[in-house]
Amino acid sequence: MSDATIWIIILATGIGTFLLRFSFLGVLGGATLPDWVLRHLRYTAVAVLPGLVAPLVLWPEATGGQPDGPRFAAAVATVVVGYFTRNVLGAIAAGAVTLYALLWFTGLSI
Amino acid sequence: MARSKPKNTYLMGLRDALPFLLVAGPFGLLFGVVAAESELSVPQAMAFSTVVFAGAAQFAALQLMVDNAPVLIVVATALAVNLRMAMYSAWLAPWLGGAPLWQRALAAYVNVDQSFACSAIRFEQYPDWSVAQRMAFFFGVVTPIAPAWVAMTALGLWLGEGIPAWLALDFAMPVCFLALIGPMMRTAAHLAAAFASVALALLLAGVPYNLGLLVAALVAMAVGARVELWQTRRAAP
Repeated sequence: MSDATIWIIILATGIGTFLLRFSFLGVLGGATLPDWVLRHLRYTAVAVLPGLVAPLVLWPEATGGQPDGPRFAAAVATVVVGYFTRNVLGAIAAGAVTLYALLWFTGLSI
Repeated sequence: MARSKPKNTYLMGLRDALPFLLVAGPFGLLFGVVAAESELSVPQAMAFSTVVFAGAAQFAALQLMVDNAPVLIVVATALAVNLRMAMYSAWLAPWLGGAPLWQRALAAYVNVDQSFACSAIRFEQYPDWSVAQRMAFFFGVVTPIAPAWVAMTALGLWLGEGIPAWLALDFAMPVCFLALIGPMMRTAAHLAAAFASVALALLLAGVPYNLGLLVAALVAMAVGARVELWQTRRAAP
């Protein structure tokens, strides 16, 4: 792949990505949106983020896509603690402790 | 929900972003390492991380470039991976739309998973924030993350090797986002949307260019909106 081709890819991807990020925020501005649109937008975060991480939890790349007990348990611990305490840092800590404890434990037993 | 108004939303964003350094750091480092092994020059690898500024899309593009895919396929794939950011943009519009154009353009440049996810929690938690306060929070989140992403790319290029596997930092990204998802589950509609998202994303994981996630997200949004309607109708006298 030539130098110029690589630069074209970087610039085209950069411009395209910016336009995607700018799209609605740029065009809509302060316009008021209809209720049904707002009702859908309210669920953007819970519609994208769980789907974004679910495959990474079930088929982690670090284990070559094989389901991994410690990683799955850490994911469950993170969500459960986050759900019940509403504390993001607490949830991260719960996930990290579960992950390292189980990785250490399974590492010892094998 | 909370009554006390934080004085400085920028500092609050900065604080909320700190755990995500564990995500952006290793991810940026890894991109630098992979780029060092490819035919990208150092300026090109750095341009990738600053101009494109999107981890998953950069990895997808780089992989295809190493495989010598046609230019159009490389760009289209990277953009498909980034399509979810148009959804973030739509979500941000009602919250930040009142800001001047130059601020919205700057915000668009740093409209990434982390800034969106942190805002999704805080904007709904503090609905009485002004547009300026929301904007300050949004930029607060990216203040530590953006330089870390770029600096760690440079470090990866220079070191040429990754982080030891036993640190399991591959899982920092899922844990950080999952930690945000828990507190987002405020109603049955949020739960329903999240379950639809997970189920469909897993089911459609084989769809190329990350388009399965987009379909899963759109359907999940519709599920959330539908359940919300049912609930308000049932609650109505």
